[in-house]
Amino acid sequence: MSDDARLREKLREEVRRVAGAVVDPEIPVLSIADLGVLRDVTVEDGCIEVAITPTYSGCPAMNMIAVEIEAALANAGLGPAKVKTVLSPAWTTDWMTDDGRRKLKEYGIAPPPKGTHRRLPFGKELVACPRCGATDTSPIAAFGSTSCKALWRCSSCREPFDHFKCH
Amino acid sequence: MGIGSICVAETPLLRFILRRADDALILGHRLSEWCGHAPMMEEDMALANMGLDLIGQARLLYAYAAEVEAAGRDEDAYAYLRDVRGYGNLLLLEQPNGDFARTMLRQFLYSAFIDPYWRALAGSADATLAAIAAKAEKESAYHLRHAAEWVLRLGDGTAESHVRAQTAVDELWPFTGEMFEVDASERGLIDAGVGVDPEPLRRTFHETVSRVLVQATLTTPQGGWMQKGGRNGYHSEHLGHLLSELQYMQRAFPGAIW
Repeated sequence: MSDDARLREKLREEVRRVAGAVVDPEIPVLSIADLGVLRDVTVEDGCIEVAITPTYSGCPAMNMIAVEIEAALANAGLGPAKVKTVLSPAWTTDWMTDDGRRKLKEYGIAPPPKGTHRRLPFGKELVACPRCGATDTSPIAAFGSTSCKALWRCSSCREPFDHFKCH
Repeated sequence: MGIGSICVAETPLLRFILRRADDALILGHRLSEWCGHAPMMEEDMALANMGLDLIGQARLLYAYAAEVEAAGRDEDAYAYLRDVRGYGNLLLLEQPNGDFARTMLRQFLYSAFIDPYWRALAGSADATLAAIAAKAEKESAYHLRHAAEWVLRLGDGTAESHVRAQTAVDELWPFTGEMFEVDASERGLIDAGVGVDPEPLRRTFHETVSRVLVQATLTTPQGGWMQKGGRNGYHSEHLGHLLSELQYMQRAFPGAIW
């Protein structure tokens, strides 16, 4: 590897680290790297391009995430960078890292089960309560406070909780 | 044509994109009308969330239309500056919300069609359409399930909810034929592997609808006369009223930004 290529790779890694640390404004415990929203970083002729992907078509956080990436990179002395949105392959909750799932649970949100699946109407879904771990849980509302969440309740500890929908 | 209206020189591809974008925008707008008015808070959130998914899909499609037209317009221009005759959405989707049963039945019928449609379009030879479809398909699957659960509750609920759900099915049914309509403009795209032939999806649609309606103790209408026109800009009076609200700000204050 030439010195030039090595330098470029080092810059790419640095950009990935700084951009990946930007948090989801609606679930601030998760970084976009944890979520799998950060797709790619390229450095070409000194131009930095960061590719991100939306979780849902109408996710209102995308614009803010793009602005925050630009700001984070500028603050780290790495800018200017261009942030572009890519759609394919479509995001799935399977891209969420294990670390991300653990952080979600600690934050009080039941992480999505692994393996994207579809349920029939009124089909059963096994969701463990993020507070007490009981699986004696039931849905309250299919849609929650953000596109990616549903509202559930635990029959064991009686607490309501958010569940990150399997997508 | 109204002041400030745009007229889009439609190629088959552009027309195809705009029709799907219009479907998503108009239904998304209808659902947004429920915001603050749904029978319970959970459903208020559900309807708004589904509307958000749909408007998100519309944005992706309008942005792609802007790229294809290459006339220097942005996604907003198509939504806010086309007159009613320029819209190519399905008549089903512009029908007024009516009661909760009617809104849910409309959602169910559309979702039962569009879910397999997106799945098929995800294999399109057009990479952007395929990517948008693959994204939308996950959302439509969730909408279909949610709407189907309500059809079951309402149909197999009280005598009152049953009557309302059956009335909604009967009144909305004549608008379902249009979903399978293919004109010469779309036939070429289907042959090129860009569009999707809806005919093979008819069976999936009918199976989904019959299965849920039977379980909901509702009667599936058989055949009957089908109303068409939306795809070519011939709309019911309802769309004009809807657009007058949706487009008001840009018409009253052209180019306003905030």
